[in-house]
Amino acid sequence: MSGFSLDAVAAILFIPAGAAAILAAMPNYRMTAVVNVIASLLTLLAALSLFVTDRPAPGQYLLVDDLNIVFIVLNTFVGFTTSVFSASYIAHELETGRLTAPNLRFYHAMYQIMMFGMNLAFVSNNIGLMWVAVELATLTTVLMVGIYRTHEALEAAWKYFILGSVGIALALFGTILVYMAAQPVVGEGTNAMVWSVLIEKAAHFDPALLSVAFIFLLLGYGTKVGLAPLHAWLPDAHAEGPTPISAVLSGLLLNVALYAVLRFKLLLAASPQAIGPGPLMVTMGLTSLIFAAFMLYRRRDIKRLFAYSSIEHMGIIVFAFGMGGPLANFAGLLHMVMHSLTKSAIFFAVGHIAQVKGTQKISEIRGLTESHPGLGWALVIGVVAIAGLPPLGIFMSEFLVVSSTFARHPWLAIPLVFGLLIAFGALLLRLTGVAFGEPRGGTAPVEASYVPMYSHLALVFAAGIYLPAPLVAWFQHVAGILG
Amino acid sequence: MNGLTFDIAHLLAGSLVLISFMMLYQDRLFALINVFALHAVVLALSVAWQAYIQDAHHLYITAAIALVFKAIVIPVGLHRIIQRLGIHRDIETAVGIGLTMLAGIGLVTLSMVLMLRVTPEADPLAREDLAFALSIILLGLLVMVTRRNAVSQVVGFMSLENGLVLAATGAKGMPLVVEISVAFSILIAFIVIGVFLFRIRERFDSVDIGALDDYRGERR
Repeated sequence: MSGFSLDAVAAILFIPAGAAAILAAMPNYRMTAVVNVIASLLTLLAALSLFVTDRPAPGQYLLVDDLNIVFIVLNTFVGFTTSVFSASYIAHELETGRLTAPNLRFYHAMYQIMMFGMNLAFVSNNIGLMWVAVELATLTTVLMVGIYRTHEALEAAWKYFILGSVGIALALFGTILVYMAAQPVVGEGTNAMVWSVLIEKAAHFDPALLSVAFIFLLLGYGTKVGLAPLHAWLPDAHAEGPTPISAVLSGLLLNVALYAVLRFKLLLAASPQAIGPGPLMVTMGLTSLIFAAFMLYRRRDIKRLFAYSSIEHMGIIVFAFGMGGPLANFAGLLHMVMHSLTKSAIFFAVGHIAQVKGTQKISEIRGLTESHPGLGWALVIGVVAIAGLPPLGIFMSEFLVVSSTFARHPWLAIPLVFGLLIAFGALLLRLTGVAFGEPRGGTAPVEASYVPMYSHLALVFAAGIYLPAPLVAWFQHVAGILG
Repeated sequence: MNGLTFDIAHLLAGSLVLISFMMLYQDRLFALINVFALHAVVLALSVAWQAYIQDAHHLYITAAIALVFKAIVIPVGLHRIIQRLGIHRDIETAVGIGLTMLAGIGLVTLSMVLMLRVTPEADPLAREDLAFALSIILLGLLVMVTRRNAVSQVVGFMSLENGLVLAATGAKGMPLVVEISVAFSILIAFIVIGVFLFRIRERFDSVDIGALDDYRGERR
């Protein structure tokens, strides 16, 4: 059966790559949106088939293990729902003339190349290949952020490009240092970059060199995760690009970088004399959380508001993984999945809202639950979820993070809970204005499907009420791998 | 290792750091680009020397890429862009030159102390290459943060990538995939940036990032 499973991995990579080539050649924009959805669906199906087929033995370049399956399935699922959302969103942008048909062709081809890059980053077993894949995914999103070519969009894309490139350069230097550390033990050549080989022999690597390498990798990939103080690109890129891209940036691309950090954290954990990655990650996570929580108060642009909320949540997730241990890792994984689903649902809602109201300014959006009940209530549920109120999924994962912190380092729980409460207050404050009260702004009905948005929210809701036992077992197993 | 081969490798890597310093105080765009071209030529020599002493023939390709793309194609392209945009005036440095040089010296000291301390067991050539490479990377970052002009930021970024190539070639037997990817990413970076520059030109008649800074997103 191993041949079949290799096909599944190949499908995850070749479907997006092939679709990108086809989309780049297709002139008809309606068809391109459909092809984009179909390709994303096929990729999702291929990803799901990884669960049932046997896995290939790790090769020099590709690897499928219990850890990355979670990421791949989440990635392809959100990639698929976003492509559905994107189809209706983009049709509206075309009507209002913000985008032209050639723009769309470019946009859809780039969307698939981005999916290819992200999937490649997840399945790569080679730290050099992973770096290339992350770089590819980043470059495509830079191009998409700048697609409106307005003053603001160009500045956002430029800033994203420069900061992202510096981050990726630091990550490459870290990757080279890992190779230098591995080379005396593993020997020269490709093997010294193969992750599954490195992890076996990491205990014999020079610990000082490995520690320095991790710092560069954490700073480099951490820029992409959006950790404070390296987050400056994130709010601009979210606010000025097309909303489907904001959804995949927050829901997926941040996870890709996080996954890279986790892989290297495992490598460091296997080398007992190297510095502990935990304290570094805990510090950066807490800084991001508290910083973003305060920044939430003064936002006037609705997409920027939720971009800062993404920084906050990535901070929580990095904090949880930095704490380590089965419970905190479990909480971190769960929180990552819940955040991806909720945040992309919120961005779907925000995209429709910005289109019907014709603005992203929070002060000009009022009384949504009256003027657009379907949309307004989706936003209410989404914000309630992201703020961490029961009974939704994020409440559960945040509760697990907080309780595991209390059990192990009670002092750390104080800044953590403080940050969570500050962010909670800011989000509810903004929500009441936007969702309730006298309606203001456009009242045109939304001509779009709510299915992607509500299906995400339903999943988050269901996870808050009841997590199926096999899923819990799987997550526990992965949390165990993460050490 | 033979003393002479080591000395030559050392000389070339050291010159790269020196040329990085020269970039810090250039106040004209054309001069900056010429210094960058020199940087790329020395990088090509250094990589070729590594290829020779390590007997790693694939590194000659990396050297050729550095020579053709970074020392010739990109500087010529940037010259054209600057002429077309009519911005061959002074560079506005955000920080004074004296202060920048001092910061540069501090960064080089930092990278020497850090890299030489953590790699006592590594091959002496590789370890000094690594220390030089980190210096070049940090100096490239310094060029980027002290300039406000888009073109000079791009040049700073490329000199930073030169440091990465030096580090990658110094690491003995590092697989080709990385070298190609580095060279390739520079090419992509150039294309992307080129596209950006033209769009920026189209919209604002300026490639000064300061002009873009008017917008803060929160101030509308």
